[in-house]
Amino acid sequence: MKKVGNHTSFSRILLFCLAFSLSFSFTSFAQDTAAAAPADVAAPDAGAGDPAKGKELFNSLCAACHKLDARATGPALRGVADRQDRAWLYKWIKNSSEVIKSGDPYAVKLFAEYNNSVMTAFPQLSDKDIDDILAYTSQPKADVPPPPSGDVAASGAGSDNGVNNTLVLGALVLVLLVLIVMLILVNKTLRKVAEANGIDVAENEPSVSLWKAYAKNQFLVLVTVILLLLSSSYFLYGYLMQIGVDKGYEPIQPIHFSHKIHAGENGVDCKYCHSSARVSKHSGIPSLNVCMNCHKNIAEFQGSKDSTYVDYSKEFYTAEIQKLYDAVGWDKTTQSYTGKQKPVKWVRIHNLPDFVYFNHSQHVSVAGIECQKCHGPVETFEIMKQDAPLTMGWCINCHRETNVKVEGNEYYEKIHDELAKKYGVVKLTAANMGGTECGKCHY
Amino acid sequence: MASNKKYWQSVEELKENSSIVETLRNNEFVEEIPTDEFLGDKETLSSSSTSRRDFLKYVGFSTAAASLAACEGPVIKSIPYVVQPEEIIPGVADYYATTVADGFDFANILVKTREGRPIKVENNNLPGSKIKPNARVYASVLSLYDSMRLKEPMVQGKPASWEEVDAKVKAGLAKAASSGGQVVLLTNTMASPSTDKIIAEFGARYSNFKHVVYDAVSASEALDAFETVYGERALADYDFSKADVIVSVGADFLGDWQGGGCDTGYAEGRIPKNGKMSKHIQIESNMSLSGANADKRIPMTVTEQKYALVTLYNAVMGMSVSVPAFTNKEAVAKAAQQLKSAGSKGVLVSGLDDVNAQLLVLAINNALQSEAFNPAGARLVRKGDAKAVAQLVQDMKAGTVDTLIMSGVNPVYTLPNSADFVDGLKKVKFSVAFSMKEDETASLTTIAAAAPHYLESWGDVSMAKGYYSITQPTIRPLFKTRQLQDSLLLWSGNPQSYYDYLKASHNSEGTGKTWNQMVHDGVHRDEAATAVATAAPADFGGAASRLAGAKKAGDLELVLYTKVGMGDGQQANNPWLQEFPDPITRVSWDNYVTVSKADAERLDLENYNVANGGMNGSIVTLEVNGKKLENVPVIVQPGQAKGTVGLSLGYGRTAAMKEEMKVGVNAYTLYNNFNSLQSVKLTKTSGDHEFACVQLHKTLMGRGDIIKETTLTEFNDKDASVWNEVPVVSLDHKEVPATSVDLWTSFDRTTGHHFNLSIDLNACTGCGACVIACHAENNVPVVGKSEVRRSRDMHWLRIDRYYSSEDTFAGDVELKESASGLLDSISTFDQMEDPAENPQVAFQPVFCQHCNHAPCETVCPVAATSHSRQGQNHMAYNRCVGTRYCANNCPYKVRRFNWFLYNKNEEFDYHMNDDLGRMVLNPDVNVRSRGVMEKCSLCIQMTQATILTAKREGRPVRKDEFYTACTEACGSGAMVFGDINNEEDTVVKLKEDERMYHLLEHIGTKPNVFYQVKVRNT
Repeated sequence: MKKVGNHTSFSRILLFCLAFSLSFSFTSFAQDTAAAAPADVAAPDAGAGDPAKGKELFNSLCAACHKLDARATGPALRGVADRQDRAWLYKWIKNSSEVIKSGDPYAVKLFAEYNNSVMTAFPQLSDKDIDDILAYTSQPKADVPPPPSGDVAASGAGSDNGVNNTLVLGALVLVLLVLIVMLILVNKTLRKVAEANGIDVAENEPSVSLWKAYAKNQFLVLVTVILLLLSSSYFLYGYLMQIGVDKGYEPIQPIHFSHKIHAGENGVDCKYCHSSARVSKHSGIPSLNVCMNCHKNIAEFQGSKDSTYVDYSKEFYTAEIQKLYDAVGWDKTTQSYTGKQKPVKWVRIHNLPDFVYFNHSQHVSVAGIECQKCHGPVETFEIMKQDAPLTMGWCINCHRETNVKVEGNEYYEKIHDELAKKYGVVKLTAANMGGTECGKCHY
Repeated sequence: MASNKKYWQSVEELKENSSIVETLRNNEFVEEIPTDEFLGDKETLSSSSTSRRDFLKYVGFSTAAASLAACEGPVIKSIPYVVQPEEIIPGVADYYATTVADGFDFANILVKTREGRPIKVENNNLPGSKIKPNARVYASVLSLYDSMRLKEPMVQGKPASWEEVDAKVKAGLAKAASSGGQVVLLTNTMASPSTDKIIAEFGARYSNFKHVVYDAVSASEALDAFETVYGERALADYDFSKADVIVSVGADFLGDWQGGGCDTGYAEGRIPKNGKMSKHIQIESNMSLSGANADKRIPMTVTEQKYALVTLYNAVMGMSVSVPAFTNKEAVAKAAQQLKSAGSKGVLVSGLDDVNAQLLVLAINNALQSEAFNPAGARLVRKGDAKAVAQLVQDMKAGTVDTLIMSGVNPVYTLPNSADFVDGLKKVKFSVAFSMKEDETASLTTIAAAAPHYLESWGDVSMAKGYYSITQPTIRPLFKTRQLQDSLLLWSGNPQSYYDYLKASHNSEGTGKTWNQMVHDGVHRDEAATAVATAAPADFGGAASRLAGAKKAGDLELVLYTKVGMGDGQQANNPWLQEFPDPITRVSWDNYVTVSKADAERLDLENYNVANGGMNGSIVTLEVNGKKLENVPVIVQPGQAKGTVGLSLGYGRTAAMKEEMKVGVNAYTLYNNFNSLQSVKLTKTSGDHEFACVQLHKTLMGRGDIIKETTLTEFNDKDASVWNEVPVVSLDHKEVPATSVDLWTSFDRTTGHHFNLSIDLNACTGCGACVIACHAENNVPVVGKSEVRRSRDMHWLRIDRYYSSEDTFAGDVELKESASGLLDSISTFDQMEDPAENPQVAFQPVFCQHCNHAPCETVCPVAATSHSRQGQNHMAYNRCVGTRYCANNCPYKVRRFNWFLYNKNEEFDYHMNDDLGRMVLNPDVNVRSRGVMEKCSLCIQMTQATILTAKREGRPVRKDEFYTACTEACGSGAMVFGDINNEEDTVVKLKEDERMYHLLEHIGTKPNVFYQVKVRNT
């Protein structure tokens, strides 16, 4: 299998070092802007609004259809307070349909422009709330270069240590070399001195060379051969046993999908996308319409600058989202489907051989096992990889160790009691239930 | 050891001074090996740029590359839906109710689909289902993925678009309409109310329109008789569960007679309940499935059968029409007496292609007031009119037919006078054939309209009065096909699609169900719709005397029939059906003429087995009315009536067929006047035919531990230990029941599930639906004729057929036990090997018996086969190294070895060798590779799925919830599967039944499959 992803090359280390050294200057810059921001907020004339509160309201009520800087279901809202007067906005937000009905030309135009989609009425919002929201939307766009994350800094430091170690080792080697050279020189000098003094330096007896002596000692030869054979078979066995074991398989996917962002930062439940894991043998790669449930409104990456989950640039991620749009045939600008679809050819990571039957629903729904138990800490994976060896020994071990989850499942009621009595245990393992029988997985 | 003996290798050495001996002393070969031929061309050798070193380099490189490549796994792509359909979850099967109606087979079914592709046919058990699927219907899902299908419409042999076709047809029809030429629609029996309406609307546009219905295998005479008496072109329906005495005169009602599907009711009455079971007397000439199941079988020529029918008529009606003398008259008279005394509990059926015979059947059943006879709920599955077809061929030849539209028929292949039809077709101005294949007919018409498979079509079917069912597509059309109904609507200028038309038509049908409900159920029964049928008076007496006056057809009567596997030959390109062994002859991949032993001796015909176990047979030429059919192989069939020979229809197709499937001879060429009875002359020709036969034509030789059989009287009167004897073995010099002795310690199997499967030999008719269902469920490969001949067939489930050498199996046992002394035994056994002229037949489905003490498990050197707590004998293919010890040690011979790679292998060019055919594979079952052993798993994938469903729903498994592919397919209820640790399951009661026995009980394997003793009502 093609293994990709061992990017820890020298260049990467260099990059980290560079990033590390640069980070100091950037952090100080970030601190500057952070300090400056409150001052900016205070500036707008509608002083009544509290942008912090407004942000909260915006995210809970408006963000489903509006973005600050991009058109979504509705228009971009940054600076909306400058476009319309506040009274109109109060009316519009509280009940837009009425404004349209009243024949307000701007409202009608807006309505038509956005595919006649009616904006939810928010009669529960007070004028103060709206002021807060408007204060938030009136904040100028912060144009901040992405700061290096703490994670990167830490790993940078780690690689620094590595460099130090090599340096120390190198120095040691150098010292040793110097010592050897010095010894040789001393020896030569002493010999010359001895010769000059007429002392006869005893020549080594013409003894049998070590190699020949070794070759004559049959016992030693035998031991060596046995050792060689044993060690080579050990390594051969090790090599053969890893054939077809693809732990760590981390292929490049057609769309760079970050589980770290989705499952980690955003906390999307695994089974939201992999829904068939609950009922089917396959966990299923989500169809693209599932992606669009969220990505209809998330057209660009908006990860916060100082978070730990960002490995690539904002533009990179946004370009990947665009790939999704291309595949599903979604036109961002008109907010509509074009009908031109291009199915995504994902590279399958977890490949069981044909002769193994594995059923996700048995493990996920019946046994209630966390996905991470087999798939590893997926929420920390920027690039998805195979975390477990997926060998038979690995499966069987778990079946031997894991207790069957019988609580609240009437299926097990009778069987469990009887088997528990039979085996004299309180809790049955999957193996006790017959989970290590060949035919349970091989048919 | 020293010896002076002279050894010699050839006679030449004995000669002195032989030059050859001299040469041989110095050389291994007498003549020089002709290496010069190879090396002599020095020029080519030296001019070649490839040196020896290069060659070695290539070898080295390719070896290294191959071994390196083997260590790298392939990159597997996984492509999800862009928009996933709501009802599809990858990995979860969806079921759709639909209906088959191909003109020959009609059945209400469920279709199992995975990821949008149909993979298996199952029973639709909802009330309102009329006919259960048979082996051919189970196999029909593979015909959907036939790579030889017509993929787009063709105009004069060239691919075309539907627009072109429509333009041409409309122009053609317009011309016909303006000129007043005859427009003829020739179809099979569709039994579709909505299609009938569409055809009527289409026909109304033309002044000279005719709709001719043509059944390849005709039931025209029976239809005529029914029409005479009841005024409607239909067939009487029979419910054999209501009959105590069944007399059949030449009707193979367990086979394809009048649309089939009678076995369910029949089997119900065959299971002894309260000391009673039905009595079945079969009068026939070929050994049919019905004859094999009968309590009393009377072999007779067809002419004699006619006399027998008149005798029955005389007895039941108290008439005295004079009948010529015939053999077995007493037996018939006895049957007549039994039928008469049964009164309303008796029923008579007949398959004779004679309107008089069919009239008598109606008269007799009416006189008996038979409960099983149901003319009111008449069957509508055969409508063909032999006379109209004959008229059409005449018209065509006369050139009076302007336009001919055909659908679902292949007259060039199925008509006896197909040459006339082809001549006529040339005179037809414009012809269209709706066909799934570019078959014999479609390749001769102006337009070959690609028709969809029924699994891609809409439709409605009324199989019998009061029954209404829906055909719905289960997959999008694979090719550019369009069904007849859509086309007719379009050509009659109706903008509606057939789907809309059908929906509207359903609403007027008055089922009381919403359209969605109707499509969901697939079936509806309206009991009120079956009006009482009143019999009009007809000239029964005249019919009887006309029948009694029937003259013998000739020296030898040819009786044409259809095989359970092939039917009318529509699915001849289906490898499952070709490899399906005929239940009676156990021959696959062939049709043949069946000859009685006496006639075979007279004509010097024989069957014999060759060294590799294969069977060979003589070859004959058949001559009917001067028409010859050459190269027909012979099977000497026990039970074939003397003076008759049988030949099955449906074989010998050549168009749109894979090379391997072009087997057999076309018997339709002898099907003159659509009559299954023909006078024939047999001439032996030189040579032998090689059969692919999976079981020898020998007898059971009284081995009562394989098939236990008893009579109803014995069953009722005597203790079970008499007729279901438990074998005894010697333990400490005492005879003890074999079941009590054990070489092994038994496991405790009282907890969890413990699966058992019961097979009732009384209910099993041998129909073979289970064999095909097993094929479909378990991805069993097809191996082809030559491999089957080498006994390498892969059927996990086989249905053994046994004959007796005496008139009964009990007679065999008696004979065997009466033999005393070695010499006597030898001669007795010799004599017993030969089946009798009219043997009793027994069927026994055999597959892995899942022994609790399995002999196969102990001999496997790698523990590839092991036992589970649930009673299933597991087979881990990935562990198997192919020593085949297990197969050798299996007393039931149910293990199958993959001698070759049967998928993606050019040598085995069946469905697993093309992408389309592989779509039928069940994704839950592994496709086995070369060199591994395989066998029945008791459908562990299905039992595990049932358990998982229960676990997921948090409930215990329900009563009778477990099932396997074979028990699901068993329409007669002979096979029952279940968990014996669940007291509610039906199988628990069956296990305790006194008829229960295990196969080869004395060897102590303790199987989890058991059988019920066969009881005959003699």
